[in-house]
Amino acid sequence: MNIHEYQGKQVLKQYGVSVPEGHVAFSPEEAVKAAKELGSDVVVVKAQIHAGGRGKAGGVKLAKSLDEVREYAKELLGKVLVTHQTGPEGKEVKRLYIEAGSNIEKEYYLGLVLDRETSLVNLMGSEEGGMDIEEVAANTPERIFYEAIDPVVGLTGFQARRMAFNMNIPAKLVNKAAKLMLGLYQAYVEKDAAIVEINPLVVTGDGQVVALDAKFNFDANALYRHQDIMEMRDYDEEDAKEIEASKYDLSYISLDGNIGCMVNGAGLAMATMDTINYYGGSPANFLDVGGGATAEKVTEAFKIILSDKNVKGIFVNIFGGIMKCDIIAEGVIQAAKEVSLEVPLVVRLEGTNVEIGKKLLNESGLNIVAAGTMADGAKQIVELVG
Amino acid sequence: MSVYINKDTKVLVQGITGSTALFHTKQMLEYGTKIVAGVTPGKGGTEVEGVPVFNTVQDAVEATGANVSVIYVPAPFAADAILEATEAELDMAICITEHIPVLDMVKVKRYMEGKKTRLVGPNCPGVITPDECKIGIMPGYIHKKGHVGVVSRSGTLTYEATHQLSEEGIGQSTAVGIGGDPVNGTNFIDVLKEFNEDEDTYAVVMIGEIGGTAEEEAAEWVKANMTKPVVGFIGGQTAPEGKRMGHAGAIISGGKGTAADKIKAMNAAGIEVADTPSVIGETLINVIKEKGLYDACKTH
Repeated sequence: MNIHEYQGKQVLKQYGVSVPEGHVAFSPEEAVKAAKELGSDVVVVKAQIHAGGRGKAGGVKLAKSLDEVREYAKELLGKVLVTHQTGPEGKEVKRLYIEAGSNIEKEYYLGLVLDRETSLVNLMGSEEGGMDIEEVAANTPERIFYEAIDPVVGLTGFQARRMAFNMNIPAKLVNKAAKLMLGLYQAYVEKDAAIVEINPLVVTGDGQVVALDAKFNFDANALYRHQDIMEMRDYDEEDAKEIEASKYDLSYISLDGNIGCMVNGAGLAMATMDTINYYGGSPANFLDVGGGATAEKVTEAFKIILSDKNVKGIFVNIFGGIMKCDIIAEGVIQAAKEVSLEVPLVVRLEGTNVEIGKKLLNESGLNIVAAGTMADGAKQIVELVG
Repeated sequence: MSVYINKDTKVLVQGITGSTALFHTKQMLEYGTKIVAGVTPGKGGTEVEGVPVFNTVQDAVEATGANVSVIYVPAPFAADAILEATEAELDMAICITEHIPVLDMVKVKRYMEGKKTRLVGPNCPGVITPDECKIGIMPGYIHKKGHVGVVSRSGTLTYEATHQLSEEGIGQSTAVGIGGDPVNGTNFIDVLKEFNEDEDTYAVVMIGEIGGTAEEEAAEWVKANMTKPVVGFIGGQTAPEGKRMGHAGAIISGGKGTAADKIKAMNAAGIEVADTPSVIGETLINVIKEKGLYDACKTH
């Protein structure tokens, strides 16, 4: 789960990480009020969306007067920002963060992420701040430094200092930077983050080390123990269909194509998408109904698939291992009746009670095309959708 | 022969009184798995399905000599269950539970370093040696005893592949689901090593998916060490970057972990990769025919 920059900074503050003063604003009036409270000569008006690259896309403005704050706030609120992380459709700005300007001397990059190869959290740092770190990794990988963190002792003081020295942070500020890193790691671990990125981390003219941005992504599996983080969830930033699916414990991801998919198991669901593609079609979604799919779940899954107006056909691919095929068939029939299905439906069933399941589908009077294998089903739905 | 588990494996079920565990305990017993004990704190001294229940793993091991545990404990307590199995020095702990917080697993993995217990999973379907021992949640009937080893990050996709093999009369020595999480116990290389040394395994099917670099590392290992033919499949060839595909580990980030990279690495290691999941069985059969192993693999 992602949160906004201003929320990330609230979290960081709890762990003693220096961040500029700021307030969130939902209207130009609130923006001006926030700027007044800050009393700073220069304030930054920052669009709050769950995507990086906001600066380049014109989502961050420097205002030198309250009039400018109002002007920029009016301009940004309701604007659709297109960055390299939003996709071509962009994201509408609904919140702003009004922040005191900083006297930036130099920008750095700092991040924490899990290294899958070693199963250890790594602190990453670079002198190349303020730019896309993936570009730095591709072009000048030697300019990124890593510290692997042993979970028994956590990030240690010497590791943090070594990182600060490697990043060429001025010697007199190394201890401040190290303290910030230790706070950042503590926040990462205690809040079960998956990724934290501070880009840029800055050294200011008055000798402070400050997190000028904060990008947090949290481990969805650990949210149950972080009520405070869960309350930061912004549903406006997420796909409505994905939110609906999560209510029924369905794993759903929206895609661009026109063939709706309903599958049990994540691996099989991905493979089903691949197979549709292989036969020249294009999947509209990834949908894993899970191992314990009930008739109700199947019905909800159908409704979600059909709420996507691009969907011109549906392919149901179930390998009923423990799950019995007749139960799945009943769910499909019930769902097709309830949602008055008008697009072609291809069903491939395999596994326990497959014969009973197929019989139920055949006798349902519904326009269901039965497929023998996954490949056969994919071919048929691609042809039907045309 | 087989790898990891066989007819003599004495299984302990952690969290045995939960509904999922109960259902699968019945299924495993029906399959013929020797389940000697269950553990649920506070339910010690009772019995389910004729299996004695203990309060702690240690009690269960002392009383029954169990050597492999299977964990169905809910996610918030699953990491602790793995630690308990490790402390009791079981040979293996197979963790079925999904949705365990990643940082819990980082600690578990560190704790298990240098310890006796091998972890399989979490978030996996389990391990099965057909006709001998089934530990996990996979449907037993799709498997057939034979000579092809199967190792996979995905559950249902493994069933798909195994089913194709069995339908064609190609049995399996052991099928190991290593799970779809970013931090897991046993990886592809661990299992490939076992299959390479197992005299009853003649060929291997390896099923990966997008995310991480485990398949690339496995391909390197195969190239340098494997003496038996390996065929593969990678799920998620058409998955977009930055979207997590159900499994916590299945995500392409920063251009890393793409299916194209994995397939390239596997091909370079001499691993034939099936174009679609429907032809995993066919791909294997073609390869073992080429190598003259078909008759030996065919079970009648």
